[in-house]
Amino acid sequence: MMLLKHAARTFLLSEFVKAMWLTFRYMFRPKATINYPYEKGPLSPRFRGEHALRRYPNGEERCIACKLCEAICPAQAITIEAAVADDGTRRTTRYDIDMTKCIYCGYCEEACPVEAIVEGPNFEFATETHEELLYDKAKLLKNGDMWEQEIATNLKLDAPYR
Amino acid sequence: MADLLVEFFHWAFGMTLAPDLATILGIVAGILAIVLPLLIVVAMSVYMDRKVWASMQMRRGPNVVGPWGLLQSFADGLKLFLKETIIPASANKFVFLLAPGLTFLLALVGWAVIPFDAGMVLADLNVGILYLFAISSLGVYGIILSGWASNSRYAFLGALRSAAQMVSYEVSIGFVLVTVLMCAGSLNLSEIVMAQKDTFLGVNGYWFTPLFPMLIVFFISALAETNRPPFDLPEAEAEIVAGYQVEYSSMAFALFFLGEYANIILMCAMTSILFLGGWLPPFEWEPLYLIPGWVWFFGKIFFMFFVFAWVKATVPRYRYDQLMRLGWKVFLPLSLLWVVLTGLFLLLTDKIPA
Repeated sequence: MMLLKHAARTFLLSEFVKAMWLTFRYMFRPKATINYPYEKGPLSPRFRGEHALRRYPNGEERCIACKLCEAICPAQAITIEAAVADDGTRRTTRYDIDMTKCIYCGYCEEACPVEAIVEGPNFEFATETHEELLYDKAKLLKNGDMWEQEIATNLKLDAPYR
Repeated sequence: MADLLVEFFHWAFGMTLAPDLATILGIVAGILAIVLPLLIVVAMSVYMDRKVWASMQMRRGPNVVGPWGLLQSFADGLKLFLKETIIPASANKFVFLLAPGLTFLLALVGWAVIPFDAGMVLADLNVGILYLFAISSLGVYGIILSGWASNSRYAFLGALRSAAQMVSYEVSIGFVLVTVLMCAGSLNLSEIVMAQKDTFLGVNGYWFTPLFPMLIVFFISALAETNRPPFDLPEAEAEIVAGYQVEYSSMAFALFFLGEYANIILMCAMTSILFLGGWLPPFEWEPLYLIPGWVWFFGKIFFMFFVFAWVKATVPRYRYDQLMRLGWKVFLPLSLLWVVLTGLFLLLTDKIPA
């Protein structure tokens, strides 16, 4: 009897038909994915995306060229050169991040004593050439200016947990 | 067609066409009339395949290029066209480039005998089904040649798997064809379709007769023959990367890809002709004949292609020994048994077609 049942199941392809029916029903289910370039998923305030160098509200650069980020960077993606500026403060003359080396660990952000280098919420910065991903200080400051509002909000939201 | 061309040339250019030339031009026009729409259909079938597959996995599928992503295949084609064809240093250049062309050519050549409607066929061969069978068997050469010429282990493994698989399943396809031929009494595809008129209870097609199990066997063998999931071991991306396609890029790869899909549609057409009643409407009902036959035929191909995509979304890949077991220990005896049963049935009921 068991044998007969098994044979019937095998030759009538009942399990196969059941599976086909299942996939057919799934075809009419609402999509689980979002329509990406037009819809976007939520991001955590802790999201570690594209880097940015921030300024104080009066426009002064936050970075004091302490080189802690350069020291902690596990991928050695950051290169900093420092000098004394005209007003006698210690400033970077060069602040490069090789975005193709960066592993987005966020240690630079953690190490920074003045919240100057941060990883913003932007992750859509694909380029066509390698060179475009070798960020210099001007590019990072520009990012900081562009994303300041979002970055400030995210830092504030995350502040209670630090 | 030839007479029409002679008249057209006389009217358009005021010159008379030699009869031989007219015949040749007529054939060329017929070939173009089949191949050009076919290429568009192949491009759209790739899109449909991806869309159905995506839907069943609750994804969206291509939806950016053109309305609803309809132009995705053309964008992909353009991308492949603009890329560099890389030929491995140790490859046999001539055979390496011959293989994709051969695959593509063979996938198109099969369409010569497919009847799209009553009398709408390029070459009305009296052994059309044998021709189709021969062409689809030759398809293995493109894959074997590419695997050998690539001089790569993955490609070679894929090609060997494919050769063994296609040869195994051709055996059962052959027996399935024999059962159909015995019922139809002809090797001509148009006559096979006409023999399916009103097979049982006013339904057109052999699928509504005891030949139904053979439709299933034929369909599953067709999946194996065209290297479709669940029998896509030759390209098994998880184990041998992409099998015989590993070393191919650019247009050479595109030709393989197009050839593969043209082959799938050819198999869908074959299934429609052999079991679903070709260009005949599904039921014997006068108003259904108002719709032209080729519309029914395309509808049936469309349905079969949907099932191909559906299966792809449903079942996981077979293990190689399971594949061989299914081909040799299940399908071969089953189809052979059905050949005997069909013969006995026709003999005992005195229904052997003249």
